Parts: sequence; C-alpha cells; structure tokens
Amino acid sequence: MAVAELRERLTAVPLRPARLRIGWLSAGVACLIAAAFLGVFIGPVGIDPAQALRKLVGLLPFVPDTSHLSAQHAAILTQLRLPRVVLAAIVGGTLSISGAAYQGAFRNPLADPYLLGAAAGAGLGATIVIAYTPAGIGSDLMPIAAFAGALVAVALAYAVGRAGGPGRTATTLVLAGIAVMSFFTAVQTFVLQRRSDQIREVYGWILGRLATVGWSDVLLVLPYVAVGTATILAHRRLLDVLALGDDEAEAVGVPARRVRLIVVVAASLSTAAVVAVSGLIGFVGLIVPHIVRLVAGTSYRVILPLSLCFGGAFLILADLLGRTVISPAELPIGVITAFFGAPFFALVLRTSRKML
Amino acid sequence: MRRLLGFLVCCLLFAACGKTSLVEPTAAGTSTFPLTVTVENGSITIPKKPVRIVSLSPTATEMLFAIGAGPQVVAVDDQSNYPPGVPRTKLSGFEPNVEAIAAYKPDLVVFADDSHKLGDSLKALAIPAILQSPAKQLNDAYAQTDVLGRVTDNRADAARVVDQMRRDIASLVAHAPKLSPAPTYYHELSNEYYSATSSTFIGKVYALLGLKNIADAADKAGTGYPQLSPEYIIESNPSLIFLADTKCCSQTAETVAKRPGWDKIDAVTSGHVIALDDDVVSRWGPRIVDFLRTVERAVKALKQAA
Repeated sequence: MAVAELRERLTAVPLRPARLRIGWLSAGVACLIAAAFLGVFIGPVGIDPAQALRKLVGLLPFVPDTSHLSAQHAAILTQLRLPRVVLAAIVGGTLSISGAAYQGAFRNPLADPYLLGAAAGAGLGATIVIAYTPAGIGSDLMPIAAFAGALVAVALAYAVGRAGGPGRTATTLVLAGIAVMSFFTAVQTFVLQRRSDQIREVYGWILGRLATVGWSDVLLVLPYVAVGTATILAHRRLLDVLALGDDEAEAVGVPARRVRLIVVVAASLSTAAVVAVSGLIGFVGLIVPHIVRLVAGTSYRVILPLSLCFGGAFLILADLLGRTVISPAELPIGVITAFFGAPFFALVLRTSRKML
Repeated sequence: MRRLLGFLVCCLLFAACGKTSLVEPTAAGTSTFPLTVTVENGSITIPKKPVRIVSLSPTATEMLFAIGAGPQVVAVDDQSNYPPGVPRTKLSGFEPNVEAIAAYKPDLVVFADDSHKLGDSLKALAIPAILQSPAKQLNDAYAQTDVLGRVTDNRADAARVVDQMRRDIASLVAHAPKLSPAPTYYHELSNEYYSATSSTFIGKVYALLGLKNIADAADKAGTGYPQLSPEYIIESNPSLIFLADTKCCSQTAETVAKRPGWDKIDAVTSGHVIALDDDVVSRWGPRIVDFLRTVERAVKALKQAA
C-alpha cells in the first residue's frame, strides 16, 4: 500500500466525534460530584445531611465550622466517609482510564487494567508479605509489596512479549501477560496452601476493599495516579491513530511501538498503585470504557476523560451499595462490581466478534 | 467469597451447637467400665478406662489436663496449645483425617466439630468418640467437664475443677463494681470487625458483669456473630473495647488508636482498650475464669476513672 494512499485513507476515516463535547464532559463531572455527595451523606449511621453539609463547608479554609455534629459523627464524616469516597473516585477513575488505555494500546476490546498480570503480581506480592512476615509489619508492607509485585509482573510480561520473535505484536504481548499471570497465580496458590491460616486475609484483599482506609491511602496513591493518568490523557490523540493499526500509524509518522510502551507503562503504574491500596476490584476497567464508547463516541479523546469521571462515579456508588446493603456489615466491593460487570463482560464478548 | 463462606460455616456451627450433654447420674467416686454415657452424638459405650485419648478440640484438651486426665492423652490436634507440653500433632479437628486419627490407636476420641461426620466414621471403626460442641453457656462447659471426668475416670478432680470455676466466677460477679448506666463494650473477633453478641457464650460471660454489648442491635441475621462497620462502632462509642484478635491479626491498643476516626471513641481516648488472648476467649474451658478476671479488672479501672 502506497503511503499516499494510506494518508488518504487516514483522513477519510471519520474519527467521530473528534472532540469531546462540553455537554458530555459536564455530564461526567456532574455525575461524579452527585455520586460523591451521595457517598458522603449515606451510610450505616444516619447523619443529618444539613449538618453534614455545614461540616463539609467548614472544612474549607477560612470558613468557620457552624455544624453541631457530635465528635463521633464528625469523625465518621471526615475520617471515614470522605477519604473513602475520594479513594473510591480515584480507584474507579484510574482503573477505568487504564482499562481504556489498554484497550486502545492493544486494540483489544476485552483488555482490562489487569491484562498484563498486574493483578496476579500484586496478589503474589501481598500474599508473600502476609504469609511470611509478622502480622503487624505485614499490613504496613502490603501496599508496597503489591505495588512492586504488579510492576515486576508487567515488566516480565513486556520482556517475554518482546522476546517473542520476529512476529511480535500486541497479541504476543497479551499472550505473554497470560503466561506471567498463570505463573504468578500458581506461585500464589502454592504459598497460600502452605500457609492456609492466612488465607482469609489474602482473600479479603483479593475481593477488594476500601473499608479501612483513611487519608493516608489517598496520599499514598495520588502521585503515581496523577502522573499515570496525565500521561495517558496526553496520548489520547495518538491512541486514536494507533486504532488504525501499527503499520498505518507508522506510515503517518506515529511511532506505534513507542506510544504503546509509554501508554502501557503509565496505565500499569497507576493500576499497580491503586491495586496496592484497594485490592483487586474487577470489571470496572472493562465496563466503564465500553459504556462510554457505546454512548459518547469511539475516539480516545472522548473515552479517556469520560472514563475517568464515570469510573470514579461508578465506584463511589458501588461502594455505597457495598457498605449499606447488609449494613452494618460490608459487602466486598469486588463482589458488587463483578455482579454488574460479569453479565456485561458476556455481552461485550458476544458483540465484539466482528470487532476482533 | 470463600472468606465469607468459611465464616458463615463457623457461625452455623456455633448456632447449631450447645445442647447440654446429659449423663446418667451415678454415685460419686470412680467410674465402672464398661461405661455408657449419653452425649450430643448419642449413647456411647466405653469398654474400659481410656489410656489412649485423642483430643481434637483445644477446649477438651484444656479440660482433660485440668481434671488430671493428661497422662491418658496420647495426641491432641494442631490447634491445642494449652497447657504447655501437650502432645500436639498435625491432626486437625476441622478437617479430620479418620485414618490418621485411627493410627494413634485411640480408645477414646473427643471432638468439637461434627460437620465431617467424624462421629459416624469413628463408630464404624469401633472407636468410642464423644462430641463436645462449643458451649452456649457456662453450664454447658461445666457439664462437658463433668462428662470428661466420668469417661476418663477422674470424676473427683472434674467435680473439683467445676466447683472451683463456679466459686471463682460467683466471687468475681459478687465483687464486680456496679456502674450505672451499664458500661457499653465492643468485643472484636477480627480486624474486619466481626463481633459476638450477648447470645453467644462469650457474650453471656460479659453479661455476668452487667456490661452492655454494642453488637446486639446490629445482629439482624441472628447469627450471634455479626460483622460491624467502623461507622457503627464509632457511633456506638463503647466505653470498653476488648480485642480478641491480638494473635490472629496482631491488633493492639495502639493499632486501634491509629484507625481513622477511632480516636473519638471513649474507650480509646480514656485508655480502656483491653488486649485479650484469642485462644482463651474462643474456648470454653477452665481458663474462662481468667478472662472474666481481666474483664472485671477493666470494669474496675473504668469505675476509678469515672
């Protein structure tokens, strides 16, 4: 195919809608804010919304606190619900935008943030720490170990995928990810079998939890997530070009492999950070980008920012369900997202045959 | 999911158990063999005085050694860790391996969990086995001690142990400070905030000292072991927090104080977070008196602070 012909094809491809419409962006942000308010005001303990609102306003600098909440209610609001809602927004937004980034980088609609073994790596890291360190130290080390495990797994998958011979493509990388995932999962299962008394704690982590967080977890993930997300967003146009195929992208001067590497590293870094504090929350990175794609458009200039907003809103609401449905007990958030995510996954599988 | 399932199974076990063991009244002194006792798992005949006992229940192990039957015990399960020096093995009371148990050639097996039909399996091998499931109240614990005294021919010692327990508990209850309104407490079973209500064995022991359990109002499912949320616990603002997850989950007064929002709970601000021994409070043996003493000391401290 001649280059000129390719260029012609490229310009002919309607990247519709090329721009993110302001209406959709406002809808996304409004949705996120509405979900956040619901998340803060609703919980197992009834707190007067008017007083809660006063308390929240009072948190702003230079604004006096005019609320009459008890010390316990104030603590529930500012130290439990607020950080939890913020973390849910960060985790949901990050998983969604990372999922979208993976789907773009690999041109695979079934790609999710755990595609290259980030989940299995984080799981193994967390399991090893829980199983082989004194319990007190283990809980502190777990996020770090999970983060390290996720990065090692993705790096390994990338190394294996690149060594995949002359025919190395996005598919080779996905297959390498699956191999790494299986291996890490096997090691994790082995460790768990040896230390069966620790299984409960590990399973609690695997099911995902936002339960015991305070502000410290938010601060822990924020730098990684900010850098990762900003990098992904900066590559939104290049991802659109990548959607046409590696050769086509190269033909118009886009270094497809380098773009893919940068996007995948950014998405993996953010995923590893959120997985470290929240455990494995499944399907968010799959459902949200696909819903956005279905309703708002197929351009990554639309999908990426909207996934960030709607993903955050979705996880806040899922968490709200998780902590109120069987209140005062809590349902692991992974159960809720999978409950809605699994049927959706099946739907995508059915409709994606022609896209693949 | 497995985590939840495992816990539910435990809850069911606790809920299903607690029938008081019945023993035919006989004259005090020594037992005559063959001896037939009616226990939870039916009518069991023990042909001669057991000298090769296998205990698959940490509580039964503690009871057996307390009543002087220790020398007759050849093997205990992997969870039995008290008193020191018990013949601990890899046998499991929760995942029992019948062949491994039979390999010890036991002439009596004591177990606490029959979810794997262990009683039937041992019956087929003609090994006498006595089921002593988790006690629902102190009287169950006394009755189980009494049964062990009869079947191991240590009746006088068993009677003495039970008598001592009764007297110690009565004395602690009589001397416990009375506070009004009743102090509230939170009994933490795990760092996922599982708790035990007043309908459980341990809850009933707390109630002896007039304490009010914050978990009672939260147990909608009626399992006796509800999971609470941090929000609920902070709002309940208990005066006392008892940690029964110091071994399993390394919780201490310090780790509790560091949990977000918990520094607004009275028990935390005034230093009434009490670390317990997980093992003692999950069993229903003679050491329950030590537990009650710890609780009584905490109530005293609470009164002094008031």
